[in-house]
Amino acid sequence: MLILLGVAVIVVGFAIRLNPLLVVVLAALTSGWFAGLSPLQVIAAFGKAFNENRYVSIAYLALPLVGVLERAGLRERAAAIIAKLKGVTTGRFLIGYMSLRQITAALGLVAIAGQTQTVRPLIAPMAEAATELHDGPPDLPTRYAVRAMAAATDNVAVFFSEDVFVAMGSVLLIVGFLTSSKIVLDPIHISVWSIPTALAAFVVHGARLLLFDRRLARGAKT
Amino acid sequence: MIKLGFVYLLAGLMFAGFAVFSAGDRSNGKRAGNTAFWGLTALSFLAGDRLGDLGNGLLVLGLVLLAGLGLIGRSQPATTTPAERVALSERFGNRLFAPALMLPLVVALGVLALKPLQLGGVPLMDPKQATLISLGGAVIVGLVLALALLRQPLTSPLQEGRRLADTVGWAMLLPQFLAALGAVFALAGVGAQIGHLVTTWLPVDTRFAAVAVYCVGMAAFTMLMGNAFAAFPVLTGGVAIPILVGHFGGNPAVITSIGMLSGFCGTLMTPLAANFNLVPPALLEIPDRYAVIKTQVPTALLMLIVNTVLMYVLAFPR
Repeated sequence: MLILLGVAVIVVGFAIRLNPLLVVVLAALTSGWFAGLSPLQVIAAFGKAFNENRYVSIAYLALPLVGVLERAGLRERAAAIIAKLKGVTTGRFLIGYMSLRQITAALGLVAIAGQTQTVRPLIAPMAEAATELHDGPPDLPTRYAVRAMAAATDNVAVFFSEDVFVAMGSVLLIVGFLTSSKIVLDPIHISVWSIPTALAAFVVHGARLLLFDRRLARGAKT
Repeated sequence: MIKLGFVYLLAGLMFAGFAVFSAGDRSNGKRAGNTAFWGLTALSFLAGDRLGDLGNGLLVLGLVLLAGLGLIGRSQPATTTPAERVALSERFGNRLFAPALMLPLVVALGVLALKPLQLGGVPLMDPKQATLISLGGAVIVGLVLALALLRQPLTSPLQEGRRLADTVGWAMLLPQFLAALGAVFALAGVGAQIGHLVTTWLPVDTRFAAVAVYCVGMAAFTMLMGNAFAAFPVLTGGVAIPILVGHFGGNPAVITSIGMLSGFCGTLMTPLAANFNLVPPALLEIPDRYAVIKTQVPTALLMLIVNTVLMYVLAFPR
């Protein structure tokens, strides 16, 4: 039971806003200690896993390119494009992005967009420009809300559509686990049964985006 | 054959560049801290495989010390002013999008066309890592095009990249830290312990209760572990296979696919999924660290209900 204290360390550490890197290592030491590992063993195990998981940080390779394009006015240009589209609102724009992202993710092309590559340089400034165009210049809290919604839309679109692609890691994990439990089936079945959730996610989050538009319009009037 | 090492080399050189430019940045009072932090990150990418487990662990402790003691500052490398950017955006027009589009195009090309390619019987690139390798190639193509087309200074990729990296700060490495924590938790048996508690204490005697326990359990367990992949084997082995499939005769494909997607509802609600939930607010310069999670919670809860109902309806044909 005491090994679960590592999870408690995470919850408390994040809640009182200690530095998360510190919290994570303290949690590892706590659970490791109660599992009978010495601190040095935990540090070594942590270092090994840290090294093996370097691929998690690879998306940052896009930062220099994103930075150079921002320097040359990409965000401003993206916002200007929005101004040319008639009838565009923040919600409708994000619905368009969500459908594009869902379709490409379902085809296995998850890595073609993302928070670093597209949301920061393109989607967030375009969403903000749509708010400005439709409801007038937003105040700072509204800008933050629009940016957060842009980031959330990217996550929602990818999470609920990527399993429609047969060779996605999570699909293969499911099939592998079932095989080890003596249930053998083709990955295509997992993909097919992921489709209802993908469609439902489009409806649910799309409806929220339309409500978000209304909230933005109300905010503009007051 | 091009392997993942190629991408790590690129990342290592990038972070080394950030460290070098940080060292020379006299406007940042904490430049020593930034230099050390990005320097250690570069060391990890360039030489991580030669440091040994304990060496990598000590490197991690160094990073924690620098971040925990607040020794890293946010630098302000010289860049264009907002007014200059508007002028530049009008001058370049849609040409600005060409380098940005190289990212999706080259990644798609790499994954779809180049991955099966073989040179003299040897694959062009490691097929398991085709996406990440393509991303590395895409960045190079995009940068060359950007520098040629937009005539930006040669140092600008590293200076502008450093500006963005310092905006995110230590949070850049949080996803990798959490992945490593997952491995230590697995070693300590945290997942097995929680799975044992769930299967011992929760009601699974009616079909609907069992479906709800599995779906909500996947979401909750994913929130605690930060990763649906960690929750999946425990709850699927503990609840789904023996009870939903074995006892109630449900369709295993429906149950496991919707079970995993219920876990993803949890991913949307946990700070432990840092790359999706905590890095974006930093990247988008939103002061509230939890702004993206708060925005996602309504969608995640609604989708959890939808998933539970879908599983109940679809997995048990009459």
